[in-house]
Amino acid sequence: MPEVLKAPLVVEFPFTRSLGPVQSAFLTGLRERVVLGVRAADGRTLVPPVEYDPVTAEEIRDLVPVASTGTVTTWAWNHAPRRGQPLATPFAWVLVRLDGADTALLHALDVPGPDAVRTGMRVRIRWAAERVGAITDIACFEAHAGGAAPDGGDPDALPDDRVTGIVAPARLDYTYSPGRAQSAYIAALSTRRTVGERCPTCRKVYVPPRGACPTCGVPTTEQVEVGPRGTVTTFCIVNIKAKNLDIEVPYVYAHIALDGAGLALHGRIGGIPYDQVRMGLRVEPVWTEGARYPDHYRPTGEPDADYDVYKELL
Amino acid sequence: MSKEPVAVVGIGQTKHVAARRDVSIAGLVREAARRALDDAELTWADVDAVVIGKAPDFFEGVMMPELYLADALGAVGKPMLRVHTAGSVGGSTALVAANLVAARVHGTVLTLAFEKQSESNAMWGLSLPIPFQQPLLAGAGGFFAPHVRAYMRRSGAPDTVGSLVAYKDRRNALKNPYAHLHEHDITLEKVQASPMLWDPIRYSETCPSSDGACAMVLTDRAGAARAPRPPAWVLGGAMRSEPTLFAGKDAVSPQAGKDCAADVYRQAGVTDPRRDIDAVEMYVPFSWYEPMWLENLGFADEGEGWKLTEAGVTELDGDLPVNMSGGVLSTNPIGASGMIRFAEAALQVRGQAGEHQVERAGKVLGHAYGGGSQFFSMWLVGARPPMS
Repeated sequence: MPEVLKAPLVVEFPFTRSLGPVQSAFLTGLRERVVLGVRAADGRTLVPPVEYDPVTAEEIRDLVPVASTGTVTTWAWNHAPRRGQPLATPFAWVLVRLDGADTALLHALDVPGPDAVRTGMRVRIRWAAERVGAITDIACFEAHAGGAAPDGGDPDALPDDRVTGIVAPARLDYTYSPGRAQSAYIAALSTRRTVGERCPTCRKVYVPPRGACPTCGVPTTEQVEVGPRGTVTTFCIVNIKAKNLDIEVPYVYAHIALDGAGLALHGRIGGIPYDQVRMGLRVEPVWTEGARYPDHYRPTGEPDADYDVYKELL
Repeated sequence: MSKEPVAVVGIGQTKHVAARRDVSIAGLVREAARRALDDAELTWADVDAVVIGKAPDFFEGVMMPELYLADALGAVGKPMLRVHTAGSVGGSTALVAANLVAARVHGTVLTLAFEKQSESNAMWGLSLPIPFQQPLLAGAGGFFAPHVRAYMRRSGAPDTVGSLVAYKDRRNALKNPYAHLHEHDITLEKVQASPMLWDPIRYSETCPSSDGACAMVLTDRAGAARAPRPPAWVLGGAMRSEPTLFAGKDAVSPQAGKDCAADVYRQAGVTDPRRDIDAVEMYVPFSWYEPMWLENLGFADEGEGWKLTEAGVTELDGDLPVNMSGGVLSTNPIGASGMIRFAEAALQVRGQAGEHQVERAGKVLGHAYGGGSQFFSMWLVGARPPMS
């Protein structure tokens, strides 16, 4: 059995976020070295602030400044920081209740080691040198030997150029494996053969194979070579250029039922003007050196397939 | 023991637009939920549970809306859960909420679906760079366009039918203050002259990208009796799914769609949908899906759906109005689009649809689908409670 393939898959995207009035004020405040909380209906000051009261569900907008000093309410040691975390050296994740606040804020505490952290310890904000209106404007917390610092000032005095949006980059690292059946399919493609798998129950041939028949719910193991020729069952003419594809428009994107396959796969049609492609056109793959998949499919010159022959494959 | 009848007593949506930069996602959902509660004349305290739906996580990167949005939706201290079924999610979310009431688990449930497409990227979310796979060559429109061509071949429909649907839906949208697209100067000629993106689909026959949210308050008989405005009663609701691709799949008229409709009709005692149902709000992201779904849902025989469109039957003043709101072709916050269909059906039977109200709206079908035509959800609502 050929080796089962594996490869890293990184899913990464910078999402934009509109902040709304409360988060806008909070992040604008951080840029100006002011920490704002919001007053809830029960009189508590919530930091970070929220838009809606967690008890009454009513809209809350009464922003109040709190101090840049506070108390650690609990913590956990991070011995191996990862990319994108607040500090590159080992640090403590802390919940800090800032002086004047009734709830705690999650952030990083820069201390030499876990022995230097304790619940109840006094800390203060270390501001980032360059602040843009983001939670990272607080570079981290650091130990603080004194009492409460005065609060940061008047929320109504914030400058007019408010931060209204942020970019929140998301990244997920996966190890992707296409599994046994698709690995065998890909291995066969390297010799320019298309090998699917037949369902033992319904006898349909899956290309690419998935290792199981989704209709019958049984494993598929019998390998069956299909094609190389096939029939265009249906298609569209693409007139808009995709960002990450180096293909001139217009081009034809077709569903192609390879001879012997139980369902169509998708490919590009070339070697014929785009406006002459038709349902039923007989095609064959065109390979380029070193490519995993056929570059495109071109007409074979055979007469078109009769509609009745491929209509079940549409 | 029979099921508890379920009533829709509150409906709220935001004015759908290209970008709502003035609000957070929390602010957006709040607006729709608040309007639904106001319509029902209820407060947050009257709601027993919240059921929320949204587009697939990668679209806008919100992984746990049930966590992030609990306070905005007054759900603190209450059950809150999230439903996932791709583009049909708004419909299946409403059905999960309805089932909680029907099963007497909760008396009054707030259900809501949303999307901010301006802060999202559906195209990216649908084309992740999966190792060893060929990149998707054509995008969402390119995925559906070949199925439209297959429908045209199978039915022999003239190629103008798609433009008739787009022209109708965009005119309907002019009567709906919440619709995203308000193309006051729309003409059939303009639709037909718009560029081909994925031949046979033209630019004007595709849906926009919208920011919006939709919410409904569902309740039991006792709740309906207290409602200040006429309720819409759920007469039947069902969901079905099938794989995206499998040998024997009918991409033009998927079996799961037929089965889903048949289940709804059986529950509601509908034997002839064309005769028994007064209007349909269906999920049509590309104009040709109107005649395709008319057949799939049993309003026309196979190959005959386009004749209803061509004859004007599906116009707002036709015998079977379709997409009175302007449809997905005029408004498409993907995660909310299914629920907007369900809500429009309910608005119609309540007589609350304003300028786009149809005259006889005793029973109206709401329909949603998603993924590669693999998830279906539908409900039939009526002005009168179900027979017990």
